[in-house]
Amino acid sequence: MAAYKPVVVQACPKLGERVTQDTLYWRGYKTPVQIKEFGAVNKIDFSPVPPYNYAVTASSRVSGFPEAFMLLSFSWYHTTRCNAVLFWQIHIYGRYSQEPIKTFSRFRDAAYCATYRDDGRLLAAGSEDSVIRLFDVSGKAPLRQFEGHTKPVHVVGFLSDKYRIFSGGDDYLSNLWDIPSATEIVSYSEHTDYVRCGCASKVNADVFITGSYDHTVKLFDARTKSSVMTIEHGHPVESVLLFPSGGLLVSAGGRYVKVWDVLKGGQLLVSLKNHHKTVTCLCLNSSGQRLLSGSLDRHVKIYSTTSYKVVHSFNYATSILSLALSPEDETIVVGMTNGVLNVKHRKPEEKNEKSQKKRQPVYRTYVKGRTYMPKQEDFCVSKPVKRVLRKYDKLLRSFQSSKALDAVLEPPIMLHTPEVTVAVMQELHRRGTLRSALAGRDEKQVNLLLTFVARRVIEPRFTPVLVTVADMITDIYQPVVGQSAIVDKQFLKLQEAIGKEIDYQEELLEVLGMMDTLFATFTKKRDTCLEENKREQNGLTEIIETNRSY
Amino acid sequence: MVSPGALRVVRCGGSALRGARAVFSADCRYLLCASGDFVKVYSVNTEETLRLMGGHADLVTGIQLNPHNHMQLYSSSLDGTIKLWDFMDGIPIKTFTVGSKLLALYTPASAEDSVFVVIPKKGERDTFQLVSVKLTKGAGQDLEAKELSVVLDGVGASMKHIAFGREGAYVASVKDVNLQVYFFKRKLLNRFSLSTMKTKGGDNHFSCVVCHPTEDCIATGHADGKIRLWRNFHHRKEYTYSTLHWHHDIVMDLAFSVEGTRLLSGGVESVLVQWHNESSCQKDFLPRLGSPIECISMSSDGALCCTLHTDNRITIINSNLRFSRSIQGLIKSRDVKTGLVVDPRTKALVLNGEPGHLQFYSLQSDQQLFSLDIVQRQYIHQAGLKQSDLVKVAFSAQGTWLATVEESEEVTDPELQLKLWFYHEEMQSFQLNTRINTPHDNHITDMCFRDMDELGDDSLILVTTGRDCVFKVWMMVEDTDPEAQQSVSWSCDFVGSYHNYQATNCCFSEDGSLLAVSFEETVTVWDSLTWDLKCTFCHPPGNIRNICFGRLTCSKYLIGATDYGFLCCWNLLTCALEWSAHLNVAVLQPDPLSEHIAAVSWLSKESSLFVFKPNEPRPIYIQRNLCKEKILLAAFVPRDEPEMISSEKYLWLGKSQLFFLTDTQELMTLSTKSLEERLTPSSKQLAVEESLPVTPFSLLLGKHRHQQAQEDIDLGKPVVHNKEEQASPAVKELLHTPAHVLPSASFLCTIFINSLLISKENKSAEEVADEVEMESEKAEDSDEEDAKEMEQEDTSHMELLGEITCKLSKSQEKELRKIRKTDYSWISAF
Repeated sequence: MAAYKPVVVQACPKLGERVTQDTLYWRGYKTPVQIKEFGAVNKIDFSPVPPYNYAVTASSRVSGFPEAFMLLSFSWYHTTRCNAVLFWQIHIYGRYSQEPIKTFSRFRDAAYCATYRDDGRLLAAGSEDSVIRLFDVSGKAPLRQFEGHTKPVHVVGFLSDKYRIFSGGDDYLSNLWDIPSATEIVSYSEHTDYVRCGCASKVNADVFITGSYDHTVKLFDARTKSSVMTIEHGHPVESVLLFPSGGLLVSAGGRYVKVWDVLKGGQLLVSLKNHHKTVTCLCLNSSGQRLLSGSLDRHVKIYSTTSYKVVHSFNYATSILSLALSPEDETIVVGMTNGVLNVKHRKPEEKNEKSQKKRQPVYRTYVKGRTYMPKQEDFCVSKPVKRVLRKYDKLLRSFQSSKALDAVLEPPIMLHTPEVTVAVMQELHRRGTLRSALAGRDEKQVNLLLTFVARRVIEPRFTPVLVTVADMITDIYQPVVGQSAIVDKQFLKLQEAIGKEIDYQEELLEVLGMMDTLFATFTKKRDTCLEENKREQNGLTEIIETNRSY
Repeated sequence: MVSPGALRVVRCGGSALRGARAVFSADCRYLLCASGDFVKVYSVNTEETLRLMGGHADLVTGIQLNPHNHMQLYSSSLDGTIKLWDFMDGIPIKTFTVGSKLLALYTPASAEDSVFVVIPKKGERDTFQLVSVKLTKGAGQDLEAKELSVVLDGVGASMKHIAFGREGAYVASVKDVNLQVYFFKRKLLNRFSLSTMKTKGGDNHFSCVVCHPTEDCIATGHADGKIRLWRNFHHRKEYTYSTLHWHHDIVMDLAFSVEGTRLLSGGVESVLVQWHNESSCQKDFLPRLGSPIECISMSSDGALCCTLHTDNRITIINSNLRFSRSIQGLIKSRDVKTGLVVDPRTKALVLNGEPGHLQFYSLQSDQQLFSLDIVQRQYIHQAGLKQSDLVKVAFSAQGTWLATVEESEEVTDPELQLKLWFYHEEMQSFQLNTRINTPHDNHITDMCFRDMDELGDDSLILVTTGRDCVFKVWMMVEDTDPEAQQSVSWSCDFVGSYHNYQATNCCFSEDGSLLAVSFEETVTVWDSLTWDLKCTFCHPPGNIRNICFGRLTCSKYLIGATDYGFLCCWNLLTCALEWSAHLNVAVLQPDPLSEHIAAVSWLSKESSLFVFKPNEPRPIYIQRNLCKEKILLAAFVPRDEPEMISSEKYLWLGKSQLFFLTDTQELMTLSTKSLEERLTPSSKQLAVEESLPVTPFSLLLGKHRHQQAQEDIDLGKPVVHNKEEQASPAVKELLHTPAHVLPSASFLCTIFINSLLISKENKSAEEVADEVEMESEKAEDSDEEDAKEMEQEDTSHMELLGEITCKLSKSQEKELRKIRKTDYSWISAF
């Protein structure tokens, strides 16, 4: 004897974006907060210590600079000429503040690359006036000024021993400075173009890298007189990054993000080409498992550092210049060319779990009786396994067609899982009771039914069933047309939807015909093969068509 | 080994179990059931067929326990005999010849020495009468029973149309809309009829009748699904009836419980309904029994109930309406659309089973291995519904992949689904891997896998042909997502067509390099690597019905059969027609293990079998008039071990066996063995012996003997002697047979004494056997064994004595003489 077989709900494979752990994780952010800065945001840096403030460096934009040029430029050159003087400031924001909580404004020209030291107490920044300034985060006036560059300094960073600063400037130099004495330790003039990015190793206090527009990334050791390693990126390097282990190096430039193995002498590990415009910034998440890259194409892509596949991506309104993740991935801050700072905070998750936990019975109830071992003379009565059936299945089992249809027309099912509704309709049709289930409904229910049909009838997976349903509804309720304004409106909507779909299909057929002719001209085979090739293409496009419609 | 001309058509898979209501033995341990010409004895506990009682020459129509001796069984048959059996031992005790066809049998306890049977009325067609037959008490085994007295005229032919009332006081018979009740003592006949106008549109014909065991109450079932309970039918006018209605279609059978408190009913809904109390209409259901219920019978103690179903199945149900177990043979489905397919893994025959299921039927053990649910939908037993059912099945060469196609019965716009199943080693069953909705726009006509053992799974390709004028090639693709549950899935790789003709058949060559697809009148051959069209063959007029490639040495040939009765063989190397024959081929089936191809033709109401090799147009074997029915499907099933066949004519049967299915859903095969060899498989015999009840006597003696044997071994006695004593079948028989069926002690004495003697000659044993044969078949069996053993012993003796020449048979002597006479003078020439 067979048990009742529940209705098979046709699960459609979700095409397009697949929901993975990553998508769930990266979707767990609130709606972004937009903060307007005074210019293109070119650097965001989080303080490594709580309360995780972040420093935002924005350079004012020159008015009259054609934006189209900026977007089309092969690599993103920040403008250095600054005619109209606006504000030259570094803003410090608290994590949840909308307004800057502190401002460093002792600049004579645009500031660049405000960077925190590891302990979060010092802040260094380069400037258009080629002077590097060092601030105490609680003070206002710079503690030190490092002078030696002859051109604007676009990159500044602390070495991991906390007492030295490296910098790179438009004078092609990469310098190393001593903080206490404010003097230059060593100067490397190896790059042949602007030095625009850099990064210090976290494991070795002497090692830092700089990337330049001369398409190279150079690795320097403070103990030697020249660079230790040179990596050819192939495009002007916009951003570099070292993994926490120090073994892997990531460089971004042009449309490429490249990962290099430093320990193997700078061997290319993988080259990622997922953006279609220049990649401007790189960032690692707190666990080091994911790599984020922001680009002028308005996307932030997140890669897995094990497979180097894109696991998620964010969309932004305009081109992205800078990107930062707070420790624990609590906040994503993205700076854009139009001076907007986009701040996303992670949603709190604890609430749900707590309320669930409260409802669960104590552990004892689970264990109760489970540990009892039956003795030899005991007679064991096995408990029949209770099968849980959905409400519509229970009703279908007892042949209550109308009620089963009612059960699946409830808003939660109808809205979120339309496939269940359609599956039940199909089952009723199969049993020959669909007509009687649809009949005898009042205005409200007919309205509900028609809304559903009009909305879903154009979905290819539901079309065969819903066309039958629509047919039956029109048949059944034809005599009462004109008695209710609501129902009439829904009928019109249905008509409109079907008309649109027919137009759409006609258009698709036209496209198909065009493609057929194209493919026919491509093939230079014998007649028979030409025929079947066309057929093949036909099949392929059909598949594409169905894919599209989901 | 086999004499030529001995090829016989043998029915297998068992006959329908629907002849009559099944009967439980008095102790509820056995279930007796009429099956074709046989009566089958099943064990209720193990569901095993214990015994097959044959003797009737035609269909068995009724079986009833002897009310005076519940170890005996009456059976009636269309051959006009009533047989009395001892079903415990399978011995026919008596045969009563009545003379005319017997359609039903009743044995009420009140009738002293007569039984009631339904026979056709002489001189009139389709009129039947209930007669009582006096069973004479004669000495012999075959008796005449000519003393007939008519009880009721104009009764229904079915066994369900007559029922005997409480203590045999009256008999109720239904036919059309009339109910007749005849009271034996008062010799009174009451007729009641339902007006045909009464029900609105419903058909209120009677379908079955049963009588309450203790009260004066008759329950009748009707074609419109109603059950009427008649009371007070002693009076012609003041009778009453109440109606119970749940069934939506015809009530197939009814049964009262032993006390009469409950009434069971069943119909096409395949729901067993238990009515408790007629007034309150309280009822219980046992739903989803799988297929329409044909008959219901209760055991005498009321603990069990069994239902016979239309698909050749018996379900045993507990008294508290719980499903207990089912006995299942080959399910006869209405229409075998899938064809006969052989599962490469289990060598089982695979075909449509229950609606929406695929049955795996083991030919060796004659039982269902398992039933795979393909459609996975609730089957609604209702007339006129468009059910979806399985239409095509294909296995990959190793049996790891199974492809199934299901479609609804709608002619236009069928709901098609192609499913691909993977054999899960751990679960030991097929798991659904891919489901493809609407693989073709119209019906799928054929499907085949490219099966190449040596290339592994990568080469696995599935081809489907459809009436939408295309064939599609499906391939396995690796899933790129590492987090996906399954690593592979199937997707369409290529779509091919030929001049917008409907694709009808497809077939891969043996090495998998070529695909032949037939498009109506044309056969196209495609390269399976590049999917280029290589060549086309055509033999007008007529569409191609079947195609297949030759195998092994004949792999360069392509065979096709057309609608207008041509069998064509094309050579693939020369692309020319090699030969063609005028033959209306219904079934074309290549043997997977040899070059042979079997073609079954259907001409003027008889099927003929032709076996040929593609490289020569002359058939190897022809059997005309294979059977009267049309043969729809055939399959070669590989044998476990190649059979040694001496005759050249039957060499094609050596590696595999040919099975075929007729349009009456009978599964048949061709066998070279004689009937006796087939009927007694050794395993079955063993099963019977093991399941026999152990008598206390045998237990006692067995224990004693076991001890003795132990002692013997301890003492180091020669084991040979011990063996001999144990193996004596006569003693064994004596110990195992229940005391009440044993013959008299005087008979037993001689057997027993003889068995103790160490026999030297064959003769004495044979003499004994002759004597015993009269008494019991069982004993005969054992004596045959006995004789065999003795023969073995004899040979050993003979070798010792060196008397071989004396034992030469006459034919051998003749041959020797011939040799002596031949002229050897030619040797002298050397």
